[in-house]
Amino acid sequence: MKIFGRLSLLALALVLGALFLAGCSKESDTIKIGFDIPLTGDIPKVGEASKFAAEMLKEDINSKGGLEVGGKKYKLQFIYQDNESKADSAVNAALKLIEQDGVVAIVGPNSSKQAVPAGGICNERETPMISPWSTNPDTTKGRPWVFRAAFLDPFQGPVAVNFSAKQFGAKTAAVIFDIANDYSKGLADIFKAEWEKKMGAGSVVAFESHGTKDQDFSAQLTKILGAKPDFIFIPDNYNQVALIVKQAHDLGWKGPFMGSDAWGSAELMTLCGKDCVGQFFSTHYAAAGAQGDTKVFIDRYNQKYGYIPDDVAALTWDATRIVLQGIQDAGKVVADVKAERKLIRDAMANIKEFKGITGSMKFDAEGDPIKCAVVVRISEDGQFVFAESVCP
Amino acid sequence: MQRYALNILLPAAAAFIVVLSQMGALDLYVQSVIMFMAINVIMSASLNLVNGNMGEFSCGHGGFMCVGAYVGSLLSMLLFTNSKLFGAALLPGYSALVLFPLVLLGAGAAAALVGVIVAVPSFKTRGDYLAIITLAVNYMVISAIQNLDVIGGPRGLTGMRPTMSAMEDVVNLPWMMIWVLIGAFGSVALIRRYISSTYGKGVNAVCQDEIAAEIMSVDTNRIKLVTFMVSSGLAGVAGALYAHVVGYVNPGSFDILKSTEAMVMVYLGGMGSLSGSVLSAVLFTLLLEALRPLQIYKWVLVPLILILLMQFRPEGIMGNKELPDMFPRLRKYFTFK
Repeated sequence: MKIFGRLSLLALALVLGALFLAGCSKESDTIKIGFDIPLTGDIPKVGEASKFAAEMLKEDINSKGGLEVGGKKYKLQFIYQDNESKADSAVNAALKLIEQDGVVAIVGPNSSKQAVPAGGICNERETPMISPWSTNPDTTKGRPWVFRAAFLDPFQGPVAVNFSAKQFGAKTAAVIFDIANDYSKGLADIFKAEWEKKMGAGSVVAFESHGTKDQDFSAQLTKILGAKPDFIFIPDNYNQVALIVKQAHDLGWKGPFMGSDAWGSAELMTLCGKDCVGQFFSTHYAAAGAQGDTKVFIDRYNQKYGYIPDDVAALTWDATRIVLQGIQDAGKVVADVKAERKLIRDAMANIKEFKGITGSMKFDAEGDPIKCAVVVRISEDGQFVFAESVCP
Repeated sequence: MQRYALNILLPAAAAFIVVLSQMGALDLYVQSVIMFMAINVIMSASLNLVNGNMGEFSCGHGGFMCVGAYVGSLLSMLLFTNSKLFGAALLPGYSALVLFPLVLLGAGAAAALVGVIVAVPSFKTRGDYLAIITLAVNYMVISAIQNLDVIGGPRGLTGMRPTMSAMEDVVNLPWMMIWVLIGAFGSVALIRRYISSTYGKGVNAVCQDEIAAEIMSVDTNRIKLVTFMVSSGLAGVAGALYAHVVGYVNPGSFDILKSTEAMVMVYLGGMGSLSGSVLSAVLFTLLLEALRPLQIYKWVLVPLILILLMQFRPEGIMGNKELPDMFPRLRKYFTFK
């Protein structure tokens, strides 16, 4: 028995070692692109949406024989690495994609807490990376190899400010945000600064924070209601939005809410119901009433996977297509992975204008897109209907 | 000479890893896994000191790691890099070669200080109180940092990697790997020496019977305090190393999940077994990394392995024994006083 125990330990170690080193193969005529996405962890839905969108794109291109670069067709191979929604895991996943899988470019990670460290690694190892969803300026700042497909918070904040000032005729605002969520906190700060610049000091009459797992917001909301703002700005994730909006209505709030792109999940209306009807939020694209390519994408995604894609799916689609565009613009595929990465990066940096399903975009010197935001209204049947488009 | 075989072999293996990294025979991914392995070794070995040897139950090890990660990053940015936060570097970049241990020590000292602040009131009572208090401390540390906008708040802090580049500019060696390995070996050696010292024998005595230990003239309060301080200090060192490997820290990375990870490693290795906790940290990191391609099924398989282990070997891999207890012939090959 004792011998058996020792032997099994040894066997376990050997199997692990073999698994660890396995997975190195080379094929010509294929282009490998890596995905560093959260398939498990806090936000598995985000990883899933990214993967689904990417799979759809891959099937599209491979069924036509592959991606045409310089007159030759190359099959696409997408490699998905799970980053567990953790910073250290995202670094390992990025290194694995770069060193072992030999990908020419990386799409992801989505959240800033993984995109900032993974971006550092990609920049050091000279591999082009594009984050579909990260909004933290640090992700791309001073990193020529890192791009993103989403607009930044310093742009989204003013959009919310200008829209609500016009739409609600508001003079004063209140903000409730999640202090533990970097996205929420950052956007709340920007909103406050912008609003006070526009309406004068003290025009943000209440600025209240809460924790990520909080369920009861009555203390913060009572304070907010007591300050009598013209509207409440909630840059929060959709699950908290549902609770906050409902509780505010229970406390007797009749005024409007303004939201941010984190509202834009298929789940929002299931959780929030009629309380959210008629509210506005700024986001990357409007699913209801979309036209052209955007509509085609939404319909196909819905048909294939059974739900309306949220912004992260659309942004992943665009981000991946930007990489493919870069590969095509380079005009040739070279066998040396390092040289190919350089070609792709240069081509991506030189993209003049990219027409994506989340709007057309140009890239600035930092690799951040210059693109329009849309403001949507939640309709009576729970659709996110286009209200206004705001361009920089 | 034979008696020193293992003593020579282990540092030689470490040196071999460094040489392989330098030659490029180990790619960066493997290197990064080895570094996280070494960091986990520090975490698991230091938590084992409190949870295993001393028989107390601390479940906020991630909080101390967080303190170390932030203090280490800030010190490193202040001393060696030009950062937005502190402006120009206080010292020239090359001095990092010699003075980087100061960063690690500073991080360890800060974490140890927080450890003492926790230990002083909590060891006045007995039993499960420490578990609750350490859990609370973990949350308090995270909340405090989230509310400190100066150091990035929830957005996190970045900018400590240039310290490593500065060292590489002077002497082109894989410095990160060297420091991480030094940290891991140093921590394990420190714990081993502490536990086998006359003073440290009191730690195991406290675990077995606190009253009997007190009668036998062991200053139990002091032992608990010092042990907890050593343990949290080493977690701080692990945190500082982690920050430099990842190049980015945010409070969310050190939540209760990190503490749980450390606890899993301790119980997997066997309570009170130093070699067990080292072994389990290595195995656990390898397991998580090797199963990455399974994606979501990984989180079916890993808990299943843990359940099976608890079913068939509830005492953990080593189960309160050290490696030489299981393989007695090993004794011929090492000496450790």
